[in-house]
Amino acid sequence: MLENIISELEKQFQLEAVDHNSSDLVFLTIDRDHAVMAIDLLKWKFGYKHFVLLTAVDFLEEGKFQLTYILNNPDTKTDIGVRVRIDREDANMVSAHHLWPTVATYQRELKEMFGIDFPGSPRLNDPFILEGWEGTPPYRRDFDTKAFAASFYHQREGRTTNDPATYMKEKLYPNE
Amino acid sequence: MGEKILFALISLFLTINYGFLMNGVIRKIYARVGRRHGIPFYQMYIDLIKTLALRTNIRHGTMFYLGPVFRFAGGVGLFLFTPVVFGSAMFGNLSFSGDVLLLLSFQFFGTLGMALGAGESGHPNAAIGVTRGLAQMTAVEVPFVLALMGVAIQYDSLSLHDIVAAQQGGIMHWTLFTNPFIVAAGMLALLGSFMRPPFDVVLAGQEIPIGPPTEYHSNYMALMLSNRAIFPMAKAILFMNLFFGGANTYWEMMIKTFAVVMWSVFVGVSFPRFRVEQSIRWFLRVPLILGILGIVYVQFFMS
Amino acid sequence: MSLEDLNKKQIVSPDGEHFEVDPMNDYFCQDRPEEVKPVNKIVERFYNWARSESLWILGFGTGCGAIEMRPLMTPRFDAYRFGVQWRPTPRQANLLIVSGYLSTKTLKRVIRVYEQMQNPKFVMGLGSCTINGGMYFDSYNTIKRLDYYLPVDVYVAGCMPRPEALLAGFEELKKLIKAGKAEGANEYANKFDWYKKNQKEVIRDWDMPDYNW
Repeated sequence: MLENIISELEKQFQLEAVDHNSSDLVFLTIDRDHAVMAIDLLKWKFGYKHFVLLTAVDFLEEGKFQLTYILNNPDTKTDIGVRVRIDREDANMVSAHHLWPTVATYQRELKEMFGIDFPGSPRLNDPFILEGWEGTPPYRRDFDTKAFAASFYHQREGRTTNDPATYMKEKLYPNE
Repeated sequence: MGEKILFALISLFLTINYGFLMNGVIRKIYARVGRRHGIPFYQMYIDLIKTLALRTNIRHGTMFYLGPVFRFAGGVGLFLFTPVVFGSAMFGNLSFSGDVLLLLSFQFFGTLGMALGAGESGHPNAAIGVTRGLAQMTAVEVPFVLALMGVAIQYDSLSLHDIVAAQQGGIMHWTLFTNPFIVAAGMLALLGSFMRPPFDVVLAGQEIPIGPPTEYHSNYMALMLSNRAIFPMAKAILFMNLFFGGANTYWEMMIKTFAVVMWSVFVGVSFPRFRVEQSIRWFLRVPLILGILGIVYVQFFMS
Repeated sequence: MSLEDLNKKQIVSPDGEHFEVDPMNDYFCQDRPEEVKPVNKIVERFYNWARSESLWILGFGTGCGAIEMRPLMTPRFDAYRFGVQWRPTPRQANLLIVSGYLSTKTLKRVIRVYEQMQNPKFVMGLGSCTINGGMYFDSYNTIKRLDYYLPVDVYVAGCMPRPEALLAGFEELKKLIKAGKAEGANEYANKFDWYKKNQKEVIRDWDMPDYNW
């Protein structure tokens, strides 16, 4: 079932990697410029009509963002995830809002949280959750959330933190 | 005349307190049906004091002031022109011949006042609530007026006093037994005007837009709370006079109005809430047909 | 709403009439809140009793703690016994429960709601998130202590506090009100500048009037 689709896709696109997670879920890695075309094909030709989610993972060490589009075919009850690895410094991606209107909302979120640009996506720069955020987008891994919270918010003094493992060991088994 | 006004004030005072306690008991019944203990039966008084005790309040303009005043005046007016106890000097109130027509206009008076007041408050929820409330009230009015007209034709009078007088002399003389159709239409209309489920979508606390009172607080709210005590009681007294033979003592009045109010409470606890368009459709179906049947019955079978 | 919406603008009415609207003055009233002193001691004591026995909670859940407020209406906990009721509008409510973590985006709404409530008004901080940040102590987007932004009368500790803890919090608040110690609204009016400074430090796009009546 999925094999047929993959072989069909392989004729038209360069699949960088194919990861079979289970019999009804497969992840394909496609390059930045062709990924949206592949999603288009999956939607209209192979019946992956339902757009489940779009998310990003920050691979700080490799200098890459990995975008994952998960699509679902409600008739065959199978899922295909399309992975795209884009450059972290100049992070931008082809917008897919013309396929499903909801994609625009996901792209707004990614723009705000990761700073990934999707040229042409509607209302891309409107505040999504953070209102008036300045500086590094908070979901990037080089953003130090603890230091930011300590300096930006009014803290209450007297808060202590314990390592759970050693703390419970001292509490429960003080003699060992 | 001065004596009459004093008596009217006394009966107004008694009935307001009766209404407050009644509202508390109703809340208690609702809670008991939900297997809760619910608020204390005197909670309404504490709420009233608390709303009066607010230190600051906001005004939005003249009509915002007058809205609750109009509403309260509507409730009090409805009460003052209804004989509470038949033939009693003390609780006879200011009933006069032709008062049925006046009562009809008092019914709508308060709602219209609220519409103006809530409109001036500028809150969108208030405006939506008032439009929905007026739409529903208009639908409720249709079977109610049919029932009222049926009673007026049957007893050939527009005076509540005469209508009650004609029903004296035993339980079988009540309109309930002489003309059950219009009583059914009237009692179904009563459900709508009491603002209890299934017809309370307009100002139910559980609906996020609570409708007309959205912006009201402090003294305005206190006036509306008082009106919520007196208006249903006045309505129940009116229905008791129209359909259930009036009352000869204050105790008889209390028992009969309690039964009338309980009718709406029992319906209220058993049924979920209608949307406005559903309730309008409902009122223009069964109660309307019953009302027309009642009038036909009066016209062709009773004379 | 955004900052541009608060500027003066020309509006054309349906009848073709042109007129200028200044939202800051026409839609809002920016006057500072003022402290209202109780008039008479004995009357005030009676009023305080009524206020404490009739707590009207604003039905506004800011975080996960809102889940704990729902069981209070059910037969098992039944907060109505204690005169606690829920109101859907800030005008009629006198108790604001900040239920759990408060993101800066929600803080803006909470401030607006709090300022729309009328003078004797009380705030209850629910859960450790309102006390010291709780498990969100290192979050980039939630405030760490509520009493810098709003005058809090009672804190209910726990993550999450059970409904019983909330009931105990109500009882504690009642004692405070009866003793005349729950004067959060007056405190807010007196230390208005300090509260505003703290609020504006955290809310970076302040797009509303300084005081929302």
